[in-house]
Amino acid sequence: MYEFQYHRATSLDDAASRLADEEAKLVAGGMTLIPTLKLRLAKPTELIDLAAIPSLKGITEEGDAVVIGAMTRHADVNRSDVVKRAIPALATLAGHIGDPAVRNRGTIGGSIANNDPAADYPAAVVGLNATVRTNKREIAADQFFTGLFETALQPGEIVTAVRFPKVAQANYQKFKNPASRYAIVGVFVARTPAGVRVAVSGAGACVFRVPAMETALAANFSPDAIKDIQIPQDGLNSDIHASAEYRAHLVNVMARRAVQACA
Amino acid sequence: MPDGTIGTPVRRREDYRFLTGQGTYTDDINRPGQLYAYILRSPHASARINAINTSAAKTAPGVAAVFVGQDMAAEGIGGLPCGWLVNSKDGSPMKEPPHPVLAVERVRHVGDPVAVIIAESYQQAKDAAEKVAVDYAVEAAVVDPAAALQPGAPQVWGDQAPGNLCYDWALGDEAAVDAALRGAARVVKIDLVNNRLVPNAMEPRAAIGEFNRATGDYTLYTTSQNPHVIRLLMGAFVLHIPEARLRVVAPDVGGGFGSKIYHYAEEAIVTWASAKVRKPVKWTAERSESFMSDAHGRDHVTHAELGVDAQGKFVALKVVTIANMGAYLSTFATCVPTYLYGTLLAGTYTTPVIFCETKAAFTNTVPVDAYRGAGRPEATFLVERIVDVAADELGMDPAELRRRNFIPANAFPYQTPVALQYDSGDYQTTLQMALQAADYAGFEARRQQAAARGKYRGIGIATYIEACGIAPSAVVGSLGARAGLFESAEVRVHPTGSVTVLTGSHAHGQGHETTFAQLVADGLGVPIDQVEIVHGDTDKIAFGMGTYGSRSLAVGGTAIVKAMDKVIAKGKKIAAHILEASDADIEFKDGRFTVAGTDRSLGIGEIALTAYVPHNFPHEELEPGLDETAFYDPKNFTFPSGAHIAEIEIDPDTGRLEICNFTASDDFGRIINPMIVAGQVHGGLAQGIGQAVLEGCVYDKTTGQLLTGSYNDYAMPRADDLPNFSLSTHATLCTHNPLGVKGCGEAGAIGAPAAIANAIVDALKPLGLRHVEMPATPEKLWRAIRQHQSGAAAE
Amino acid sequence: MQRTVSLTVNGKPASATVEGRTLLVQLLREHLGLTGTHVGCDTSQCGACVVHVNGEAVKSCTLLAVQAEGANVLTIEGVANGDTLHPMQEAFRNNHALQCGFCTPGMVMSALDLVKDNPRPTDREIREYLEGNLCRCTGYHNIVLAIAEGAAVMRGEAPPANPHGVAAE
Repeated sequence: MYEFQYHRATSLDDAASRLADEEAKLVAGGMTLIPTLKLRLAKPTELIDLAAIPSLKGITEEGDAVVIGAMTRHADVNRSDVVKRAIPALATLAGHIGDPAVRNRGTIGGSIANNDPAADYPAAVVGLNATVRTNKREIAADQFFTGLFETALQPGEIVTAVRFPKVAQANYQKFKNPASRYAIVGVFVARTPAGVRVAVSGAGACVFRVPAMETALAANFSPDAIKDIQIPQDGLNSDIHASAEYRAHLVNVMARRAVQACA
Repeated sequence: MPDGTIGTPVRRREDYRFLTGQGTYTDDINRPGQLYAYILRSPHASARINAINTSAAKTAPGVAAVFVGQDMAAEGIGGLPCGWLVNSKDGSPMKEPPHPVLAVERVRHVGDPVAVIIAESYQQAKDAAEKVAVDYAVEAAVVDPAAALQPGAPQVWGDQAPGNLCYDWALGDEAAVDAALRGAARVVKIDLVNNRLVPNAMEPRAAIGEFNRATGDYTLYTTSQNPHVIRLLMGAFVLHIPEARLRVVAPDVGGGFGSKIYHYAEEAIVTWASAKVRKPVKWTAERSESFMSDAHGRDHVTHAELGVDAQGKFVALKVVTIANMGAYLSTFATCVPTYLYGTLLAGTYTTPVIFCETKAAFTNTVPVDAYRGAGRPEATFLVERIVDVAADELGMDPAELRRRNFIPANAFPYQTPVALQYDSGDYQTTLQMALQAADYAGFEARRQQAAARGKYRGIGIATYIEACGIAPSAVVGSLGARAGLFESAEVRVHPTGSVTVLTGSHAHGQGHETTFAQLVADGLGVPIDQVEIVHGDTDKIAFGMGTYGSRSLAVGGTAIVKAMDKVIAKGKKIAAHILEASDADIEFKDGRFTVAGTDRSLGIGEIALTAYVPHNFPHEELEPGLDETAFYDPKNFTFPSGAHIAEIEIDPDTGRLEICNFTASDDFGRIINPMIVAGQVHGGLAQGIGQAVLEGCVYDKTTGQLLTGSYNDYAMPRADDLPNFSLSTHATLCTHNPLGVKGCGEAGAIGAPAAIANAIVDALKPLGLRHVEMPATPEKLWRAIRQHQSGAAAE
Repeated sequence: MQRTVSLTVNGKPASATVEGRTLLVQLLREHLGLTGTHVGCDTSQCGACVVHVNGEAVKSCTLLAVQAEGANVLTIEGVANGDTLHPMQEAFRNNHALQCGFCTPGMVMSALDLVKDNPRPTDREIREYLEGNLCRCTGYHNIVLAIAEGAAVMRGEAPPANPHGVAAE
């Protein structure tokens, strides 16, 4: 690691003002950032730790939605009675991110702000049609994830919470990379109030939806309905672990399994 | 005294310190005033070094010194030696290019050490390393061993190894094999790759060099399986330090699997540099450095042909293998694909004539050397795969074809056509035990049940033989080894009867402190808690060749027995003197020296006290003390064997494989501690299964970049990848060591890959699959299924 | 930037002056001399560095020392009761669940974390829970047995019959 200043922010405003320095970086759970720093792949001048801002933590019900604070850890989401009751698929997904020690530190805000193409949460945020709250505004899931490790967050903008509509019928199926255990392909299928959504992680540079599957499932919510819907390979990730062709195939398999598990 | 501890599951004496965080691994050691070394490594697979500018680094904060290859060359520092000379079939010696400690003029693989930066903290050294400017002229690289031998391939060593060929070695009667193949009813052929592996002991390598200004002595603390060998190689060949001035300490070692046998550049760098900077210098590998600097394993490309007669008897085997050496010759690299491979190609079978040719290729990759099993897994994978292909072509049950060709239990000693003489074994029994434990007879029903669930289920057998207890020095010397492969032991009985054993074997997880203590407790009849095992320090132990090749019990344990024999012989003379009897009349049993046929006896504690307080002592005949040393040079290899059976299921939708059952029946000869033996088998199986389905070291074929350089890309077996294992043993005793022991450390890694591969091919046999390359990843299996399904549909 | 971090380690107050980039594992090993916690990788995969921070398992190689300010840290050195092994440590011994010992501290700390949340884990749950702990020696077979035994004893039950034939002490 390169040396840096460390600042434990006392409030959201404190953190935001420090973030005016473009070389500064926020640290939430640090489960991605610290390994990145250890490999000297980033050189921030200052790390602004969000751990001591109480307002960023916790899980609350707001009418027909569940709001999860940005600094809420995967282990907390996994164990939350509120989440388990309102959106069981989300609790299950959180319980399969990384490994137990990672889940005891990693946070939802850190995960979605980083937008790793193989991360799990982006699939849930898009699949459930969630809304990302920041210190400045609310951003719809479909607008939040914009590309490889890129989001709609502007300089100085900090994720404060994610608002998930309550959706009982949803499921996430992950095919893990045998080495890293990240998703080679993860498919989140949900029957939301706004219709069926299918969100895919791991396969492309950024989480994406599969409209053809959504349409077919809206008409007939069964694995058979999407059996023949193959997504195009163009633009999918291809590496030593999985070719684009294999990933495209797995999207179909995982989507069918998710639908099956929902039904 | 109790009945004895041999054969019982004594809990390990090592465990208390490891379980309480009190183990002492090399990186746990800190020397007063120590500095830290960071090794700057080549980012290129092949490049000329035009210039290195270290001036900015030398003035960076905390930096004490920066050294490059020229600095060491200027002082006449030698290269890292190779310990085994292999001759080509035309009699010419292998090509043995230099192996500089720090690269000079060229770098030849990603990770090749280029400079060392020494600073007050590790982070300062690493910060300063970014200020070292190396001007590289990048050149074309070659990483695949078969590609390296093609005309026009990039040349790793130019004129020093034309065509990248290190040697072209052969064993066996080629004309006889060709004739037998021509006359065979059927010739079964296979082409296969034995995938390259990274050993990945969980403890990264580390080294601390310490020069003592007052005495001129050096101490090296290092993560080694054989500290005496490091002292010999580094002292004599690299740094030119007399043994008497160099102490090598290998404290607790966190796994090795072969990778910590070898003498590595970093050991020489920190030792040499400690004299330069006049302070201890510590280096600890980061895991990403381990991936690009620990010797790798396997990496063979092979074509083989097996001749079979009308009754299914094997009549000849012909093997041509290309083996990857990497960019430099590591300590024992050259013997692995030759004397530890070609000699094992008879396997458990009576194949009368065998020919093996091995071409060793230089490539722009990390050096390749022995990794758990070392040559024997490669031989077993080949033999057991081709036997299964033969069974398929003959329409025979693979178990029956094996039975038909086994060396019978009454045929020992058995001389193979590839130089080895097996002393004992019973292959029918271990196979039968495994078949029963695996319910082989009931498999077809399970296959059908799986099919009903939409899964392909398969079962695969592998039998194996290994040559362990390495090795008779005269034999290996005649084959090119530049070392003897004996072992030493000193058994020091103290005046009050406790015992210290100093052994040249050095555990890195095998539990020697327990197993050896069992030997001594039973052998001398003393309580086990009165026995202390000392290892891993050249200042304490007379000499040692270390721990690898499943040799510690068969060779090191036998040395302990020989030393105990001397203690007992001396004790008998002392007892005879005190008891006024003839030494021929003294019997030793359960710790007591007794005049035969009488109740007159003395305990070993009383004898020991007399030996050190020699008032009533046969001074004219004996010296005082009860401390005996033995060096044991084995008479032959030992030959563990066994049968492994894997049962797997494949999900055709994803290609995902599940290991449903794994059964191993092994013959390790006499077993001292069955719990430790089972643990060795479990660990070997995990590595063998890892090779079969998870692990594969991948280089970019064009750039020579290491693509699997971390645990994010190199798939290590995890708990949920593996099943519970079903183990059993059946002992035929080794005939040429007094314990009858054979060795158990490598068996799992040898048998498992072929068992898994055979199970996969069996599962997909209905689709017409004939072979699958390792690691059999989900995508590979999915493609195999899809390709054969579409092929079947087209027919 | 040097700063002083104060925390509680194995029940005792501790402090050290560290850089911003100093990891918790470095604080433990290099500043406090607690070398039982190990570093086996640089990508947060192997789990040799697992300790408990405020009662939960974390990878101490992926946490800055400054982030642990004020925390209550338990390392392998603090698990035994004096010279008496914790039942989980004892179970590792009884089942030969360690060989080279390098991954062992992390394994034990993870095992304790598992049993805290799941006092009666199945073999499958144990294997899945160990996703973040690599062992290269044991093939995990005996580790799974050990954790099951340790969990049983921690529940106050008699340990299951020892599969290796080790006699109870």
